[in-house]
Amino acid sequence: MSIQAKDVEHVAKLARLNLSEEEKEMFTEQLNAILQYVEKLNELDTENVEPTTHVLHLSNVMREDVVQESLPEEKVFRNAPEEEDGQFKVPAILE
Amino acid sequence: MTLFDLRLQELHNRLHDKEVSVADLVGEAFAKIAEREERVKAYLTLDEEGARAKAAELDAKLAAGEARGLLFGLPAGIKDNMVTEGLRTTCASQFLKNYDPIYDATVVSKLKAADAVTIGKLNMDEFAMGGSNENSSFYATRNPWDLTRVPGGSSGGSAAAVAAGEAYFALGSDTGGSIRQPASYCGVVGLKPTYGLVSRYGLVAFASSLDQIGPITKNVEDSAYVLQAIAGHDPKDSTSANVSIPDYLSALTGDVKGLRIGVPKQYLEGLDSQLKEAVLESLKVFESLGAVWEEISLPHTEYAVAAYYLLASSEASSNLSRFDGVRYGVRADSSNLLELYHESRSQGFGPEVKRRIMLGTYALSSGYYDAYYLKAQKVRTLIKQDFDRAFEKYDVIIGPTAPTAAFPLGSQVDDPLTMYLNDILTIPVSLAGVPAISVPCGMADGLPVGLQIIGKAFDESTVLRAAHAFEVHTEYHKRRPSL
Amino acid sequence: MSTSKYETVIGLEVHVELHTKSKIFCGCSTEFGAPPNTHTCPVCLGHPGVLPVLNRQAVDYAMKAAMALNCEIGDVSKFDRKNYFYPDSPKAYQISQYDQPIGLNGYIDIEVDGVTKRIGITRLHLEEDAGKLTHVDGGYASLVDFNRVGTPLVEIVSEPDISSPEEARAYLEKLRAIMQYCDVSDVKMEEGSLRCDANISLRPHGQKEFGTKAELKNMNSFRGVQRGLEYEQLRQAEILDEGGQVVQETRRWDDAQGKTFSMRSKEEAHDYRYFPDPDLVTLHIDQAWKDRIRASIPELPDARKARYTSELGLPDYDASVITASKALADLLESSLEHTSNAKAVSNWIMGDLLGYLNSNNLELSQVKLTGEGLGEMIGLLDKGTISSKIAKTVFKEMLQSGKLPQQIVEEQGLVQISDEGAILAIVNEVIADNPASVEDYKAGKDKAIGFLVGQVMKRSKGKANPGIVNKLLVEALKG
Repeated sequence: MSIQAKDVEHVAKLARLNLSEEEKEMFTEQLNAILQYVEKLNELDTENVEPTTHVLHLSNVMREDVVQESLPEEKVFRNAPEEEDGQFKVPAILE
Repeated sequence: MTLFDLRLQELHNRLHDKEVSVADLVGEAFAKIAEREERVKAYLTLDEEGARAKAAELDAKLAAGEARGLLFGLPAGIKDNMVTEGLRTTCASQFLKNYDPIYDATVVSKLKAADAVTIGKLNMDEFAMGGSNENSSFYATRNPWDLTRVPGGSSGGSAAAVAAGEAYFALGSDTGGSIRQPASYCGVVGLKPTYGLVSRYGLVAFASSLDQIGPITKNVEDSAYVLQAIAGHDPKDSTSANVSIPDYLSALTGDVKGLRIGVPKQYLEGLDSQLKEAVLESLKVFESLGAVWEEISLPHTEYAVAAYYLLASSEASSNLSRFDGVRYGVRADSSNLLELYHESRSQGFGPEVKRRIMLGTYALSSGYYDAYYLKAQKVRTLIKQDFDRAFEKYDVIIGPTAPTAAFPLGSQVDDPLTMYLNDILTIPVSLAGVPAISVPCGMADGLPVGLQIIGKAFDESTVLRAAHAFEVHTEYHKRRPSL
Repeated sequence: MSTSKYETVIGLEVHVELHTKSKIFCGCSTEFGAPPNTHTCPVCLGHPGVLPVLNRQAVDYAMKAAMALNCEIGDVSKFDRKNYFYPDSPKAYQISQYDQPIGLNGYIDIEVDGVTKRIGITRLHLEEDAGKLTHVDGGYASLVDFNRVGTPLVEIVSEPDISSPEEARAYLEKLRAIMQYCDVSDVKMEEGSLRCDANISLRPHGQKEFGTKAELKNMNSFRGVQRGLEYEQLRQAEILDEGGQVVQETRRWDDAQGKTFSMRSKEEAHDYRYFPDPDLVTLHIDQAWKDRIRASIPELPDARKARYTSELGLPDYDASVITASKALADLLESSLEHTSNAKAVSNWIMGDLLGYLNSNNLELSQVKLTGEGLGEMIGLLDKGTISSKIAKTVFKEMLQSGKLPQQIVEEQGLVQISDEGAILAIVNEVIADNPASVEDYKAGKDKAIGFLVGQVMKRSKGKANPGIVNKLLVEALKG
């Protein structure tokens, strides 16, 4: 599989990244090199191999339904780029 | 000999006996920083005021004879991807250049509970993505052994700070080798514990199924000492193992008689001759102590890097989506939300981060999931099985930590794939989730190189015992860079 | 133009908020209506480094809901990340379930016009809710409140087995009743604890392939769901009649205008890139766990309805209406602890109670009537202690004050007067005061007696036993 500039553009859109023309070119080239390299995984027959999501075989890790204290307002908005009336403010989605 | 050269336990005793004060230790750390930091650039944020205030507070406690934590008064540096409330945490990213955390990571709480003193936050590759520290968006840390070379990464600041005496110990994080490789490059000891031994809560996630916090120290005993303070189950981390924590210091018996060592032939193939020599010499040390070693095969080693880059990048692409400019971090000036997302992220992330987000997004995207992500997860299973089989016969697996010593700054920045291949010896261990330590084992062209000792899951004791036995019979860990 | 040429195919996606005390992955409260962002913490705000820890109660509730919907519960379930950027989603991914949901292959039975139909349920999965956006500055900006982020939700996806807007409504009402009976959710559409999206398409009768569907959003009431689907059914039929093609798109129901509108967005790529959440571990659900949850499921609406018709002899329609609301059915049950006259209880619920609630737009929980009160009132009525007229007064008082009937009757002196002597005195007064009507009656105008009875009742303030009044009047006038 090789990827084209339009694939890079599509992926950038999904990832919410703006790429300059140079970046598009660079990523197309580099991602192709990396994807070409990972092709080697296809040398392995993994038909009957289970995927590993976790190396530890933990299961049923849960907490009890107990309410804990929430944050004071100062902390909630300490890093907020824009706040109004106790809420985070963002521009509208104009499409 | 300076205070810095003393073992942490020795310092602990001297503090207890009031031979030294916390202010002395902190003072010496800042003296080193004043002398060297301009050249090494290990730190992103220094908290001299906070550290000196903490020292005064602890010295008062000491005078009052109050109970003291395990790390009482010991000056520590913390990699800048562990959140510290009230102390800027950036992940070396422009996106978080002004991020003021609203909580403490569990390891940070543990350091505080153990009465350690935080000196500052250490430089790293942006979001821990890289192996040279050149991906820090602020500045590259230099290798204290040769200022024209990289300290390794991503915990390059942590390794350099300890090597330069700017911290008595440091915390790093390791996803594919980010503790062990810089420890090897900087001639210090770096331990990546078993996945799940140390809480990840408050560690800014790169690849959640691989990330693990561990100590970077001057020697193996210190490594055990710090691990004791940070290991343990955390109810805030669902992937934290609920295992009992042994006394790691008591494992350091110096006795490795009968220890069965496997040496993967794949780890020695094509290795630089000086490095290979250092590894073989190290094995002789073990032999002389009564251990036995054999060459073994970990047949899927060559597939590890490919599987790792797919898995880690996929997880990263999702983990880094929260950096959207809504609640914290960089926000681009825009009247349109979609544009705000794109611009904030494009301004906030450096090229390597973007590259991995792109790779991961692609690998997870519709139509490619099975071919890339799922395939990589299956290969991960095969790699883990390599280790499972080997550990049926051997107590530890030993090889080099990295295929080379530290490389010159700027020599690999344009070639991501070559850079990725530097991690070929540490990545399989990360994929298997088992513990491994890097200890200094020699020099190549005047630069330190590390020996990697890999153990069974949750058998840090054996890893530390082997590393410690090696260390007490060698002098490599006593060497210091001349800065 | 008509819709009769086409077969309508509807599938519903319903989100139900589970009423746990704390959020699904952190300890913040799920209480509704708190000031914005006061129920938030680093975890639900998606700060760097945070990790989720699953709320056991949310899993229990989801299993309970799935079992009540006749789903199979898998032995293994896991959580996946659904990746998308939106300001109400702090991590830019939602923790949800992709290929191993809690429940699969369930069904519920609905009844429309006396016909029972089985609607398949494809799956039920557990996920976290998003925050709330409010548009400000004339639509140029939004404010985000993250209180709701992390409230546990189950998403219940139906098979495309629903063939009309009425069936859709019946399905939704049945689903709500089942969730109420299981006590896993408040299921209030107006508070958003029950939300419904619909897929609807039309195809000519006999055609096997589905037509092109539209996805309908923003239907905020049961009536809205039905009206939205009715509108959409008609809209699509018109397009097809004219030989046009339905566009596959998401459409927004505007309740005020009674229309759906295309939510045309830029051809924005949607690719959720699901993958297993590495921050959470697998759920292994063993038989003991399943048994424990199964044992906690109470009698469900269908079973109750069957019992009401067979054991209590209630009419089918009344039993349906009453069991459709757990609160009404529970009222009936508790009334029957105080009277054995089930038919009367049912009649009072169907008549006076629902009439009052509907005309005042109230919920049962907003009035003070208790089962004890209703049961006792029917007892007094059956014993003749109060008249049916007085009963209506007592009933109204119980709705407002919640007092028991005995107390109301005593306080207001409403006990029926059956003492013939007392009534005769009033009868004689009325006869003396209304000679004209007495003459009319004697002249053969039987209707005049009605007026005279009314006068007696009025003077007794409605308390005289009407039967005795009638008897004594006739005797007095004839004598």
